[in-house]
Amino acid sequence: MESPVPRLVDQMPRPASTPALDPMTPRQARVVDRRQETTDTVTLSLDPLDGLPLTFAPGQFTMLGLLGVGEVPISISGDPADPLLLQTIRDVGGVTHALTEAQVGDLLDVRGPYGTGWNVQDGRGGDVVLVAGGIGLAPLRPVVLRLLADRNDYGNVVVLYGARSPDDQLYRDELALWRSRGIDVQTIVDHGRSGWPGRVGLVTTLVPRADVDPSRTLALVCGPEVMMRYVTRSMIDFGVAPERIRWSMERSMKCGVGLCGHCQLREFFVCVDGPVFDYPTLSPLLAIREM
Amino acid sequence: MASAVVGVLDVGGLVALLDLLRGDGWTVIGPTVQDGVIAQAEIQSLDELPRGVGDEQDGAHYRLRDRDDAALFGYVVGPQSWKSVLFPAHELLRRVRPGTEPSPDAEGDPERRRLALFGVRSCDLHAIAVHDRVLTDRAHVDPHYSARREQTLIVAVSCSEPAGTCFCSSMGTGPDPEEGFDLALTELLDDRGQRFVVRTGTARGTALWERLPGLPANETDLAGAAVVVDTAVSRMGRQLDTEGIRELLYANPDHPQWEDVASRCLACSNCTLVCPTCFCTSVEDRTDLADGSSERWRVWDSCFTSEFSHLHGGSVRPTTRARYRQWATHKLASWWDQFGSSGCVGCGRCIAWCPATIDITAEVAAIRATSAPSLVASGTPGEGSDAYHR
Amino acid sequence: MRTIDELLHEHPFFVGLDDDALTLISGCATNHHFRAGEYLFREGDPADTFFVVRHGLVAIETHNPVGGPITIDTVDDSEVLGWSWLIPPYRWQFDARAVEATRAVGFDGACLRGKCDADPELGYALMQRVAQVMFARLQAARVRLLDLYGVPGATPR
Repeated sequence: MESPVPRLVDQMPRPASTPALDPMTPRQARVVDRRQETTDTVTLSLDPLDGLPLTFAPGQFTMLGLLGVGEVPISISGDPADPLLLQTIRDVGGVTHALTEAQVGDLLDVRGPYGTGWNVQDGRGGDVVLVAGGIGLAPLRPVVLRLLADRNDYGNVVVLYGARSPDDQLYRDELALWRSRGIDVQTIVDHGRSGWPGRVGLVTTLVPRADVDPSRTLALVCGPEVMMRYVTRSMIDFGVAPERIRWSMERSMKCGVGLCGHCQLREFFVCVDGPVFDYPTLSPLLAIREM
Repeated sequence: MASAVVGVLDVGGLVALLDLLRGDGWTVIGPTVQDGVIAQAEIQSLDELPRGVGDEQDGAHYRLRDRDDAALFGYVVGPQSWKSVLFPAHELLRRVRPGTEPSPDAEGDPERRRLALFGVRSCDLHAIAVHDRVLTDRAHVDPHYSARREQTLIVAVSCSEPAGTCFCSSMGTGPDPEEGFDLALTELLDDRGQRFVVRTGTARGTALWERLPGLPANETDLAGAAVVVDTAVSRMGRQLDTEGIRELLYANPDHPQWEDVASRCLACSNCTLVCPTCFCTSVEDRTDLADGSSERWRVWDSCFTSEFSHLHGGSVRPTTRARYRQWATHKLASWWDQFGSSGCVGCGRCIAWCPATIDITAEVAAIRATSAPSLVASGTPGEGSDAYHR
Repeated sequence: MRTIDELLHEHPFFVGLDDDALTLISGCATNHHFRAGEYLFREGDPADTFFVVRHGLVAIETHNPVGGPITIDTVDDSEVLGWSWLIPPYRWQFDARAVEATRAVGFDGACLRGKCDADPELGYALMQRVAQVMFARLQAARVRLLDLYGVPGATPR
């Protein structure tokens, strides 16, 4: 039997995780800040009880939860340089509901960080486009903060952010700050209320207008899969090389460490081989219905 | 270390082996007859083994029968695999009582026993090796399985009469145990009496052997053992062509055979329960209203359940067709990319225990017979071959 | 400030039309300026203009009795706006309001239709281009219908 085909995922450097004796044993963290981003989304700032900072690479996630309720994979949305752990959670079920109800002072269980990161450093010396849909901006926020810290290492940096409505935008008060520090933030909504001064439509329409040179652009995309597909099509039509387009994939997870089997996308474990994948690796799998 | 024949044990010697193991503090788990099947249980004496018992297995068919001899191992595998012992269906991960510090299974694993697995078949030896790779040889390790494996001793047994469902020969996993055991026995039952040709596979096995009333193996014993293996190979119940199987299944996600299987498959998950290499689990949190304690348990799960893979909004594989395809493709193809081997050991349990008589060897053969590459090669142009393109 | 003629030669919508065709069309064109908040057209009014936005942002709105106008689309620099002039009964289906100060070139609908009737080849070429714009808008509208960012479980499958 011939050896397996070498995979692009194996060539992406992975951030080192701290090995735990039992990967299912969580650390406890106290909620020290709670910010309501939208009607159903909250950003929690967490301080690990054991005093050890949870160092992570942008794009990684944790298994966040409460004993008695459960755990779910949640994107880390904070600054990699900040010892506090920031996580943005949307209320979509039993566990996330409990997490979005957590108040300052509450204790949560955290395991991680897990998964592959965006490795935006690969875009140094060129232009970078971040395309976010809905809560997809959460795992991209650490990239923005990293880019702001190393702004001179990159050319044009563009953020294309699509949301359902203006009230559904995350980190609203930061977008102007990012603009002021050299990041071209373009926002668009599915429908706008009276007085909305911005664009209405699909985020894909912003792609051909992005002020970047597609031949030297690294594109990082996060949002619902359907949206990522159409955005990628636009990107490729615009001239960005498919291998320079990265997605963050999502699947249900019970362990986050490649042992429970739930997050498999054919041969890939989204929690270990992802969640960040380069587009050529995903492309043949996306075409198969119910993969 | 290569396994070499060290000698022969008679029935008395086998009794001595059992006593030695128990005396050394091992909990011996071996085959017994329970509820009409061969089931694993703790055994204290040789009398508990299925003496003179044989089995008949086919699609959705399992029967024990009486043999006309006193063979102790004249059957093959029952519905349970060693997964039930080493990777139990329910494992306590964590417990918290209000007012106390959370503890990882605070009461301790009540079964911190040293386990001697007695009568392990070659297919199951390979299955244990597969689980070793999946659960202990990657970035994140399962500490419960790992701890149990470190306290495990294995006495393997050759199969003399493969069942109608067996296809270990096709998978390169039997019928003769080759490595991964401490001791291996080949049962001989002829006019020279009932005896067991013994091989050792580890230093621990050799040390055990040296404390047993062993007899030297002569030419007839060695020849007899070889005949057992050759006969077993020739009587394999089924076969699976594994040539290019990874590429075959990867290339045929829309093959009509998947729809055909789906029309028969009940998604009952029996196959995943009996399969010795399936490892998918879920995590369940349980709370006790009486004392407010909470527990987190790891439990077996199956990719055949509709919510196994989901995103908020619904199931990623809502149809049985997609789920059967997931299981078969994972077991026979993706496993190679993930773990460097096949996930199937040819034990045939999924065939015997499927209530719908679905046979993985037949399904793969059907796909191979009319797969996309062969259609293109046969020169069928346009619509015909397009039907199999994704 | 570029002339209408320069616009026609450079704008992607008109690519492929020869100079004669462009001259014909430019005869129907006038420059327009809209202040922020000013309406380009209102729902129900006779649809008689085809706009090419040179610079600015136009919101396509529908009025909702509860909550006021809802913006369902925006038209950006260099995009085209309006095809109700081409399809009977030639009435605007929505409001169009300048979000920012907007400069646009407006082509008189009756004039364009007359030119197309007289010159079917020109008519066909214009129809093709309008069809492309409609196609892209329809695609985008369909994907937005999925409400991908919306309440989980509401996404149709």
